[in-house]
Amino acid sequence: MKKANKIYTILIFAFLYAPIAVLILFSFNDSNSTGVFTGFSTQWYEELLNDDATLNALKNTLILAVLSSLIATLIGTAAAVGINKMKNKYIQQSINTVTNIPMMNPDIVTGISMMLLFVFVGGLVNASSNLSFWTVLIAHITFNLPYIILNVLPKLREMDRHLPEAALDLGCTPMQSFFKVELPAIMPGVISGLIMAFTLSLDDFVISYFTVGNGFETLPIRIYSMTKKRVTPDMYALSTFIFVAILVLLLLSNFVGERDRTKKVTKNSKKKAGAGK
Amino acid sequence: MKKRSLLGKAPAAPYLVWSVLFIIAPLLFVAYYAFTDKDGNFTTANFGSLATAEYAEIFLRSACFAFLATVICLVIAYPVAYYISKTQPRTQKILMVLVMLPMWMNFLIRTYSWMAILEDTGLLNTALSYIGLGPYHMINTSGAVILGMVYNFLPYMILPIYTSLSKLDPRLVEASADLGCNSARTLFHVILPLSRSGVISGITMVFVPSISTFYISQKLGGGKFDLIGDTIERQFQTAYNYNLGSAISFVLMILIILSMTVMNRFGEEEGGMVA
Repeated sequence: MKKANKIYTILIFAFLYAPIAVLILFSFNDSNSTGVFTGFSTQWYEELLNDDATLNALKNTLILAVLSSLIATLIGTAAAVGINKMKNKYIQQSINTVTNIPMMNPDIVTGISMMLLFVFVGGLVNASSNLSFWTVLIAHITFNLPYIILNVLPKLREMDRHLPEAALDLGCTPMQSFFKVELPAIMPGVISGLIMAFTLSLDDFVISYFTVGNGFETLPIRIYSMTKKRVTPDMYALSTFIFVAILVLLLLSNFVGERDRTKKVTKNSKKKAGAGK
Repeated sequence: MKKRSLLGKAPAAPYLVWSVLFIIAPLLFVAYYAFTDKDGNFTTANFGSLATAEYAEIFLRSACFAFLATVICLVIAYPVAYYISKTQPRTQKILMVLVMLPMWMNFLIRTYSWMAILEDTGLLNTALSYIGLGPYHMINTSGAVILGMVYNFLPYMILPIYTSLSKLDPRLVEASADLGCNSARTLFHVILPLSRSGVISGITMVFVPSISTFYISQKLGGGKFDLIGDTIERQFQTAYNYNLGSAISFVLMILIILSMTVMNRFGEEEGGMVA
């Protein structure tokens, strides 16, 4: 029974990784085919370094992901702090519903709804081009915000409410109390929200596709326009590179997380031991 | 005192303004375009033009494909999530990272990569020919589209089920066995009901992107299987009929809200029974 389970899980993982393996294999192909492997070469990696349009798209994607996740983290963390102070259950619930909309709505509907707004506003101000870098940035911030709020709010609720009060009693200004007491307590939520927002923004195609203007190309959009004709293996080379980079990052963060946890556990057990006395 | 409590809520203000401008207003625009014609006059003609056999087929096909993909994901994912939750904590972490890792690679390129596998002269047929099977025609079939959906959204099913299973108290399973339940009864009366919240969010997270996708059907279906997403994309990117596109989106949203409500109701009822 146990063995069957194990084999089954391995099969599912094989399924999840099959196309990725294919992609890595063909990034080393010595012809430009993405279907028949003719021999080993690293020419597509060299090609990639000369493919200015793709590198530029990569740069744009990174700029967009960094900016949108940082701005969303600022607005979203502030929002969570404010929402947490609200006493009216009814208002809290309606804000919650609105926050859930971008997560529950299909991406395509979020994309076209924002496109309609931008086209309308662009028409009002007679802009020559309605869509640009700014519109796609606004769109990314919008779909990132719920993930920040949903990561930060639980941390605020877990926090001992007497802590900021104590800070105020001991002479902190509200600002000082926030930065010295509340922010450190909710930091894990802020960080995981930020990481989630960053990766969502990095990977988004559908919403960018409808809200981006001419002259600004993100990597997913470039891949999309390429897959309409045929994909050259240097795209595979880039994907392989990204895959390895993410793998390393994940292993590192896992390692750091593990170390933090062991620290916390020893701290807690010490505390408990102290309380026992 | 009142002033101070207002001050405490002030940080939420930028977000509230943002959500009105960029979440609520855009949806009002969808509704506005759906109910007007090109000159901005009120009309329900957009919805009228959806009431054809062609659109009925598209909506029905999308719902069927998404439903099948969701069911297959659930059946595949549950045992995997269960197995992972039973391994050592360290292994659990590594396996979950492996489940999520593919999601960090662009889904367009992963879907494109499936084309190389499924093509008539593709990798799978080549591999099968070595053992004397095939060739099978796989690409540009409805099966390929559903496979693409299952492949892309499977992690979204494994993740929430795993989360709820890993929170399940193992003593409850032991208790059930001690009280004479066989493993099937334990599964159906203890483990499944207690992981229901994970199953429900998994179903949502697979069904919504499946019913609204357009890329998967374009690539793996060869454009032969129009889905709701394809028709919306076409109205906005090639036909430039925003009114009709908005009307289709409007119907899609209502369909999704309806199915969510039904599912949440179902979840609550079940919850009441267990409690």
